[in-house]
Amino acid sequence: MRAGFRRYSAYRQAALAGVITNSVFGLIRAATLATLFTGATRSSEYTPQQMSTYVWLGQGLLSVVLLWGGWDFAERIRTGHVAVDLYRPWDLQAALLAEEIGRAGYALALRFLPPMIIGLALSEMYLPRDPLIWLLFLISALLSVVISFSLRFMINLAAFWLLDIRGPASMYALVSNLLTGLVLPIWMFPGWAQTAIWATPFPYLLQAPIDVFVEHGSPWRLLGAQLLVTAIVLGAGRLMLRRAEHRLVVQGG
Amino acid sequence: MADTLRVYAGILHARWRIAMSYRTSFAFEITGQAIGQLTEVVVIALLFTRIRSMGGFDVTAVLLMYGFSAACFGLADTVVGQVEKLPQLIRSGELDAMLIRPLGLLPQLCLLDIQLRRLGRLLSGLLILGVAAHRAPIDWTWDRFLLVGLCTVTGAVIFSAIFVAACSISFWVVEGSELANAVTYGGTAFASYPLTIYDRILRRLMAYVLPGAFISYYPTVTLLGIRDPLGLPGWFGWLGPVVALLSCLVAGLIWRTAVRRYRGTGS
Repeated sequence: MRAGFRRYSAYRQAALAGVITNSVFGLIRAATLATLFTGATRSSEYTPQQMSTYVWLGQGLLSVVLLWGGWDFAERIRTGHVAVDLYRPWDLQAALLAEEIGRAGYALALRFLPPMIIGLALSEMYLPRDPLIWLLFLISALLSVVISFSLRFMINLAAFWLLDIRGPASMYALVSNLLTGLVLPIWMFPGWAQTAIWATPFPYLLQAPIDVFVEHGSPWRLLGAQLLVTAIVLGAGRLMLRRAEHRLVVQGG
Repeated sequence: MADTLRVYAGILHARWRIAMSYRTSFAFEITGQAIGQLTEVVVIALLFTRIRSMGGFDVTAVLLMYGFSAACFGLADTVVGQVEKLPQLIRSGELDAMLIRPLGLLPQLCLLDIQLRRLGRLLSGLLILGVAAHRAPIDWTWDRFLLVGLCTVTGAVIFSAIFVAACSISFWVVEGSELANAVTYGGTAFASYPLTIYDRILRRLMAYVLPGAFISYYPTVTLLGIRDPLGLPGWFGWLGPVVALLSCLVAGLIWRTAVRRYRGTGS
């Protein structure tokens, strides 16, 4: 975990560049969604304050949860370096997860807080009064990190069968923008689509922690669902790893 | 001159053959890019189920703006989007090899790594623009046809200039590519919606300092013959070529300065 934190905090310039980019997108998203509160139509499930919290929390969380990227492990499988990883006296899935949590910790400090501060400075944001909600939000965000890791872990593992995972990886990137609630809150979709989306793991990456924070729906129900999804995707990843190990042939050297 | 062009044509042909040797994968990637571009249409459609106008514009006008933005960005991304790879080329030392070849650096960068799958994005951009223009209540006289064609090209040139100018930053800042995203991808996101919804600072920066307003907003206002809520005259949509020329001059100047100042790492 510490190694993960250290490795990523070496790139401070990159973090600054990323924060600026996320903030530009935050401003644009906030402007388009603010149009929901102008004119005669005021039928919205978020208040304007909740909406701006949603936008800036999303822009900050997306680099903590790591919606885009994170395909290095597939490269290690393709090149065969994975043999070394499996040979080490550790649980591979747990070790990679620990590194991921370290990375998320770094991202929380350098990539999450700055957009939040910008959001607070530029708009009126909804902040929960109850300190318990803040704690629940942190737990929810941690679960999101684990779910995101597990999903990418499985797609990475697919390299054992496919060698090149660009196809599944780009499909993942394609659907995640809409289904995680990054570009639009899930409640803006028609009812049937909402039911379908919440049945996939995607909204638990972003929409769930945001809804815990802005107190949209019961935080306990959201956390419970997140826990369930976490258990499923972690377990599925473990099963897949076991199957994958049998496919590995080390040819000496 | 003719020889140089033949070299470039040869490179392009080779890239096409590479793409065609993995036909299924290429088809998937093109479709993926095309669908990716269409997700924003879902966003616009869902927003307009709850609102009737956005910053004074109805859904047809917003779709037209999005169409211009997507088509122009798609074209620019296909032709010069590869400059994004600059940081990797600098780090690996490959750029040094490119600098000593008797070919222009920028054309080499653009052609050697051209990503033909981006055509998917361009195609869906053009499709959105076509559908939006067809649905809009426009009396299609020849000058309006000309305006659409002209603005698609000049908008792409403006985006290309933004790409080149923004990626030049990689010569100074090693991890600058993500910063460039703020004005390239950020630029197309900005240009997808009416200027009127943004606050003053963002609007000045992204619409006039970076000439994002001339990619989609003014062309749409002129095309639909709407009175501009921001009070500028109706012929502003025709300024595209002038703005594109100016952007190229500025981008060229920045690029030249950046390349002059570059020293190889010796790797």
